[in-house]
Parts: sequence; structure tokens; C-alpha cells
Amino acid sequence: MEERILLPVVVQSAVSQVMEIGSRVQPFSVESRDKAPRIRDAQLFHSVCPYCAVGCSLNVYVKDGKVIDIEGNPDSPINHGKLCPKGSATFQYTVNPSRMRQVLYRAPYSDHWELKSLDWAMEQIVQRVKKTRDETFVERLPDGREVNHTLGIACLGGATLDIEENYLMKKLFGGGLGMLSIENQARV
Amino acid sequence: MGSNMAEAHPVAFPNVVEAKERGAKVIHIDPHFSRTSALANLYVPIRAGSDIVFLGAIIRHLLENNGYFHDYVVHYTNAATLVREDYRDTEDLDGLFSGYDPATESYADQSSWDYQRDADGRPVTDPTLQHPQCVFQIMRRHYARYTPEMVEQVCGVPREQWMQVAQTLIENSGRERTSALCYAVGWTQQSKGVQIIRAGAIMQLLLGNIGRPGGGVMALRGHASIQGSTDVPTLYELLSGYMPQPSALLPQQTLADYIATSGQKTGWWSNFPAYIRSLLKAWYGEAADEEEGNTSYRWLPKNIGDHSHLATSYEMLDGKVRGYFLFGQNPAAGSTHSTMQREALKQLDWMVVLDLYETESAAFWHRGPVPHTDAVDPSKIKTEVFLLPAAASTEKEGSFTNTQRLIQWRDKAVDPPGDARSDLWFVYHLGKRLKELYADSKEPRDRGLQALTWEYELEEPEPGSRILDEPDAQLVLKEINGYYVYPQDQTEMGTGKAHAYTLREAPHVPGFAVLKADGSTACGSWIYSGVYPEPGNNRAASRNGEGYTFLQWGYAWPANRRILYNRASADPQGRPWSERKKYIWWDEEQKKWTGFDIPDFPLNKPPDYMPPPGATGMDAISGSDPFIMKPDGKGWLFVPTGLKDGPLPTHYEAAESPVHNALYHQQSNPAAKYYRDRPDNRLAAVGDEHYPIVVTTYRLTEHHVSGQMTRWMPWLNALQPALFAELSPELAAERGIKHGGWMVISSPRGEIEARAMVTRRMRPLRIDGHVVHQIGLPFHWGYQGKIKGSITNDLTHMVLEPNVSIEEAKAFTCNVRPGRLP
Repeated sequence: MEERILLPVVVQSAVSQVMEIGSRVQPFSVESRDKAPRIRDAQLFHSVCPYCAVGCSLNVYVKDGKVIDIEGNPDSPINHGKLCPKGSATFQYTVNPSRMRQVLYRAPYSDHWELKSLDWAMEQIVQRVKKTRDETFVERLPDGREVNHTLGIACLGGATLDIEENYLMKKLFGGGLGMLSIENQARV
Repeated sequence: MGSNMAEAHPVAFPNVVEAKERGAKVIHIDPHFSRTSALANLYVPIRAGSDIVFLGAIIRHLLENNGYFHDYVVHYTNAATLVREDYRDTEDLDGLFSGYDPATESYADQSSWDYQRDADGRPVTDPTLQHPQCVFQIMRRHYARYTPEMVEQVCGVPREQWMQVAQTLIENSGRERTSALCYAVGWTQQSKGVQIIRAGAIMQLLLGNIGRPGGGVMALRGHASIQGSTDVPTLYELLSGYMPQPSALLPQQTLADYIATSGQKTGWWSNFPAYIRSLLKAWYGEAADEEEGNTSYRWLPKNIGDHSHLATSYEMLDGKVRGYFLFGQNPAAGSTHSTMQREALKQLDWMVVLDLYETESAAFWHRGPVPHTDAVDPSKIKTEVFLLPAAASTEKEGSFTNTQRLIQWRDKAVDPPGDARSDLWFVYHLGKRLKELYADSKEPRDRGLQALTWEYELEEPEPGSRILDEPDAQLVLKEINGYYVYPQDQTEMGTGKAHAYTLREAPHVPGFAVLKADGSTACGSWIYSGVYPEPGNNRAASRNGEGYTFLQWGYAWPANRRILYNRASADPQGRPWSERKKYIWWDEEQKKWTGFDIPDFPLNKPPDYMPPPGATGMDAISGSDPFIMKPDGKGWLFVPTGLKDGPLPTHYEAAESPVHNALYHQQSNPAAKYYRDRPDNRLAAVGDEHYPIVVTTYRLTEHHVSGQMTRWMPWLNALQPALFAELSPELAAERGIKHGGWMVISSPRGEIEARAMVTRRMRPLRIDGHVVHQIGLPFHWGYQGKIKGSITNDLTHMVLEPNVSIEEAKAFTCNVRPGRLP
């Protein structure tokens, strides 16, 4: 300590200048300084976790039309920004190379999938529905009771879908086609 | 109980932990020591399947030791109501209630369970609770043998530990305090699941814990919108808003008969006609006016039995179901008795699968369970399969309803990839094409489809999206919310037929209170009415998280109420039970109910209102009857009508059990569906030495159900790479199974292999003098995905709970041995 005090005034001044500059400069390179969180300037979309029924809010960040990150929404009174391992991994659920992108078709007794167009598949499915419905529709039981139903077509799924999707499924399949076995995970 | 909340609902559990840090006591009662048990003040191991004995003993303790909340029970429950003299209890009939028909294995005649009624049809009561036929005294007799000794003998729980639970509940209930009860599928997936939940509800009613802050019976449900798909149902026995699907087994051939058998004359359900007419109007438009709704009512398909998913799978196996739609569900691995499920898929003519990946169910025709995944011969399987790529939840807009009835809207972030589409797109375009195909039909059976209102196009395609024909989800939500069919200043009468609005131009209804039974309103689900009360105000998308009850975050049906039956948070005079538990109360100056939530009661009905003789509808509900959905306004300890397996919860052993029922000769639920004639559904006999071990199944945090979404994700697979079975060191030593090694688990339905997790988390229990071992199995694996493993559901059986047709995956029997499958 004493030695430092003994430094010449000029030198002391230089040292203090360097220290002053040093205290102003942040320990970042120009490249580091220019870096920003990847969600900066990304578009924010509000979503809800697709797994259990707690209903954690998600912030989905999009840049250039692509999802770049999904995080918990800190404003939510349900999850306060927190997510579980599954919720934290929803990015990989959305952006995943194993996801299907095209319609696959398997013919009866065939040992392979065939790639098909969406339009072709829709038309084929409509034909199957009509044929099966028309062949299995029952208007009245033998004792005369009116039932107007088909037990020949069943539908399963809904608890992972939207309210609006469930609504149209029940309306079309039940109210339109007369299907009865319209069911979902609530029973499994 | 029946829930591993920390593991299966991990982000809800921090709220429990926070409450604990503030002094709340957390009790976990479960066969399996888990992350939840680790953070509880008290963990109680119990034998899977014995819950009603544990709860029944608490009910008895409350009744016999003055442990119940007297004023709440007398005024708000049906404890004082008298039951018919010809009612016979399980104590009289050795495990059966009166009205049982052995030929059909059902309670064909439930009339003796009804109340005694006066000339006006009103229930007769004895507020002193002394009459031998009052519910209170019937319950005392019914639970007389559910003693602490019985708990010890049947549940394997030492009586001191059970008493600690009972005492803690009593100390934390009453005017000043409340206790909450959480359960999940550990309760529902049992052959008596509904009655276990009933036992929990009875306990909570006796303790005064319903309709009050910090109380309640919380069902922790397991899918993002499993609540929503029950409210706006894709279920066979329900129409929207808990109106029943019409049945040919009941006198319901006309709309008038359907209303007479489904609605109620007193209480809120007296509005039933308005709700069903508004639903028919939403579905069939102008045609719903024919014969005052009766024509369109007749188009609704009528049930002729159990058309649930599980019952239908046997119909499929028998070749009676020819076509099948699967929307994001995976019965080949995720449904009970999945070996049978896969066989059933082989009998179909065609199947349409909409999913993110090629799931087990989509691949059943060329792949089978590990270890022999190639042992399936496609040349023998006729089923035609269409596998359509689905949009993820981030790639479409729409709403989910969470486990607390909260509807939350999601934005669409990006387009789905390739030909992937929303399920809304698929159903909408399927309907559009079908309507075109049937447009020229003259068949009466096709009129419903022809009349079905089906205009959901977006006004303009979404900017920036390459999908130009996506339907408008907000327009669908508007139909669910409801709308006025005619201009409000016109009426059908007087001016002749008024101009009817289209869905798009119609004014929204503000809520279900304005729905009418005259065809002037349309509403897709009355309980959701109010979620979208005006253009530009989608309340499911409101995101202001401020306030004590968060009323501006999402929208909780009905009417944005956060606690149901919250009138019960005030005493009969309308004053809060205590300052500490103040929630909803009567404001004498303003002459209305007020508080921290939306009152679940007619806003201006004073607490001292008494219904005049012969009153109907809501006028028949007094000012101190909080349970307005019930015709008598009371919380039902005893259920006089509506359940298929009895008015009071009764202990039956699981369909497969190592022990005989210690309480009655009736071994298991007498009204359950056993499928005894199915050779593939063999059950182990009681105490079968070949299957002496109790097995329970559960979820892990890192995977979701059969893994159909999660086993394709390297991040999650790294965390939980393989199927394992948890077993105690005692059982492992007995069978020579090593920690980390392989083991085979067998049941009469099949065999699977898993890694052994030898752990003290599973404890042998002493049941009636014998040691009973239990093992635990997660069920997230299958033969598709990036990690594969045996399908746990290949072990489970098809025995269905009588009220709701749920399987029994939480308590059955098995055997274990070291090694792998051949």
C-alpha cells in the first residue's frame, strides 16, 4: 500500500485515469454487446399447454413465420410463468422432424403406406361414410320405437381438441349422421 | 387421495406447497409413495381399491362423535329428509340395496330410494335428525361397521394413522376453516369410481366444505380440454350442457316426453325446455321450428344401450362397427385391455386417424407389441386406413377448458406444416362434402343432415396464411355462446314470420338467462352462454390476472363463477360463516347477494324467502337452499335418484382382489359390467395364488398418457427412457428380482416386460393378517415413437363402472418374475 502512495504524481494520475475508464467499460466485447435475447422482436402469441388439464398459459414466440421458442406466461394466475418438463418441451412438440406432413393411405391387405393428396383422401372418406351409414342406418326398432341411428360408425377423441372442434364433431356425427358412439378420453 | 398431483399436475401443486408454507396441512393417501407424498405433512399408504372403507370410517366418525358442521348439514344437505319406508340398505340385504334384479345385474327398480313426499310432492323432513328414516339416521346405520378396526383390516392402514387424518380434517373444517379434497383417476378408474367420489363429497358436505373458499372436491382432470369435451360433449350419453342424449330405453319418443323425463319441475333445471330448444335451433335452424321442435328432436339418434368407447370396442371386435374415426386418441396402447383393442381394429372396414405422428393405433396393421414388433401379418388384415396429419395446438385458434371449468382461448401462432390441418378444418370440410353428397336425397333419414346449419367460412382468409379454406373458430364459439334468431323489436306473432338472422349477423345473447323455449334463441351449449356476449368480446381470451378470484382471467362456466354453489359460503341468514371465510353474502341495504365472486344464486332472492305451496321452477327453491341444480336445493348425502349402483357409497372389492369382502357377501360392485362371456377378458379369482399381487397404474411427469405425443421428443425421452415397475425390496427378494434388471408382469390377459425399480416407495401391507404386496406401473409406452416398451394396458381388463363405463386400471392383480419375455 505504501509503495503505491509513493508513485510519482504523473503516474498516479495515469493510473486513476485507466481505472476510471475501466469502471465505465462493461466487460463485454462488441459482439457480445450487440447480442439480444432471441425473443426480442419476435411476435408473441398466447397459447395454453396441450397436456394435462391445469391449463398453464404459454407464450409462443414467432420469427419469420416459424416458432422459435415457447415459454410459460408470467402473467397467468395459474402457472405464474412456470412449466413442468412436458410444458417446457412444447417447442419440440410443435417443431419436430417426426411429425406427419402428408396423408398416408393403407389399402386393405396391403403391407405399405401410400402417399396421397388431402383432396383425394377427403373424397374417399366421404364415400366410405355414406356407404357405411346408408347400409347400417336404423330408423325404427322391430317393435316400432324410433331410433334414427347408426351403430356402424364410431368416433373416438376430443379431450385433446378444442371446444369448437368437439362441438362440430357432435353436431355433424350425432346431429347430422345419427352416429351414437361419439366418445373421448373422459372415459379412459 | 387417488391423485399424485405433484407428478401428474405438476404446476398446480406449487399452490399446495405454498399453502403448506402458510400453515396448511397436506395429507396424501395413496398406494404408492410419490413426489406428492414427499412434500406432504402426512403420507398414508393404503391398499388400492379400499378407499370407501377409509372414507366411510371418517363419515361414521363424524356422525357418531358430533364431528360434522351441524348448521350447515341441517340447512344445506338432505340429512333431515325422510326416505321411503320400503327402502332397504346394504346392512339389511348383505351388500345389496332394495330394487336389485339379479337377472339383469342392475337396480331395475329404484323407487324405494326416493324421498317420502307430502301431498304437494315436496320432501318430508325432520330437522331434529331423529326420525329413523331420515338420511342422517340411515347413514348412521349404513356406516356402523366402517370402524377404525375395519380400516386396519381392509385398507392396511393402522388405526392411529387413520385417526390422525380424521382429526386433522375435523380441526380444519367448520366456520373458521375449510379443507379441500383433490382426487384424480386413482378414484375414477375403479369399478366403483363414482361411489368413491360420492364418499368424498359426503365427507365434504358433512364438514361444511362445499361452496366455500378453500373447500371443495377438486377433480384433477388429465387432458387439456377433457373438461370441455364433457361440457360440449363428445360423449354418447350427453348432449351439450349435461342434457342427456335421448334414449329409446326411456319414454322419450317425442320432445315433450324427453323434457318430461329429463328436466325438473323445481330448481334451475326447470329451464331445461329453453336449453334443448335453443340447441335444436343452433343445429337445425329453421327446421327446428317444425312441430315446435319435435320434428328435429326426432332426428337426434336414440341410445339403445351402452355405446361408450369401451363397450363399443367389443361391438367392433364382433364386426358390428365398420368405420372408425380417431382424433388424437390411441386405443391400441392407451385404452384398457389394449390387446383386445388392437384385435377390434382389425375387424373394421375403414379407419380415419388424425394425429401428429404415426401412432400405435395407426400402425396396428404392420406392427405389434415389443419385443416382437414385426409379428403382425398385414396380408391378413383388411382394414383400410387413412392417416391424416393434424395441426398442433399452436397452429390453430380455439379454446380449452381446464380442470376448474376455466375456458381459455389460444391464438394461432403459425400455419401447420404441409397438408396438416386443424381438426376443425377436417370436420367442417367433411360435413360440407357430405351435405353436398346428400343434397338431393328424398329419404326422411337424411333430412337432419340436410337441415344442419353449416356455415363457418372465414369472411376473409387469414392474412399471411397459405390455408385459404380454414373455418372460423370464433364463429363456432359464437354459436356455442348463443344468439338471437330474430331482431329483438320483431316477433314471430303479429308481423308474420320475421326475418331470421344468419349466424354471422345475429346479435350475441349475453348469457343463458335470456334463452327461450320458443325458437327465438339458438345456443350450442347453455352452460357456456356468456363466454362471447358481444362482438369483439371473447371472454375466454381475457387475460387480466388481477384480483382475489381472478375474474378477468379466462371465463369459468357458468356465468364466470369460480366456486359453484357459493351461496353456501354464507349462513342461512345470508351472513358469512366467519370473517375469515367471507366469500358471498346478502347485502341487506342493496337487497342483493354480493361478494368476491359471481353469486351462484338468484341475485335478489332474500335469505328468508320461503316458497309458497305449489311453487315451481326457481320459485320452489328457498332463500337458504344453495344447491340450486337439485330439485330440493339441498346437497345430496343420499342420492334418491340418478345412480345405477346405490344411493350410498358402499365398499366392494375390486373385480380382481386378493381378499374377500370383509363387510358383505357381495364381493364386488353388483351393478358393474363384467363381460364374463368374453373369453379374452378372464379375471383372476379372489385370492388366486397365480395372481397374488395388487397392481396400480399411474402417470409420470415426463410423458403423457400412452406417450403418443411425447415419445417422439428426445428431450422427454432422455428424462424417462423406459418402462419400469416399482416394487418393494421385500417382494424383490422373495422373487429374486434385481434393481435395474428385467422383470415380467403377468395377468390373465397378457404379459409385459419392464425394468425393475426396487424401492421403499412401495410397501407391503398387512391385510387381515396376511402380507399383501403391491406394485406400481406407469403406462406411457408402446411400439411406436423414438423409445419403445411394453404396453401396460395389455394387462388390464374390461370391467366397467356402471354409471360412467370407466375401466378399472387402478386396482387389479398380477404376478411377477425375473427376466424378459421370450
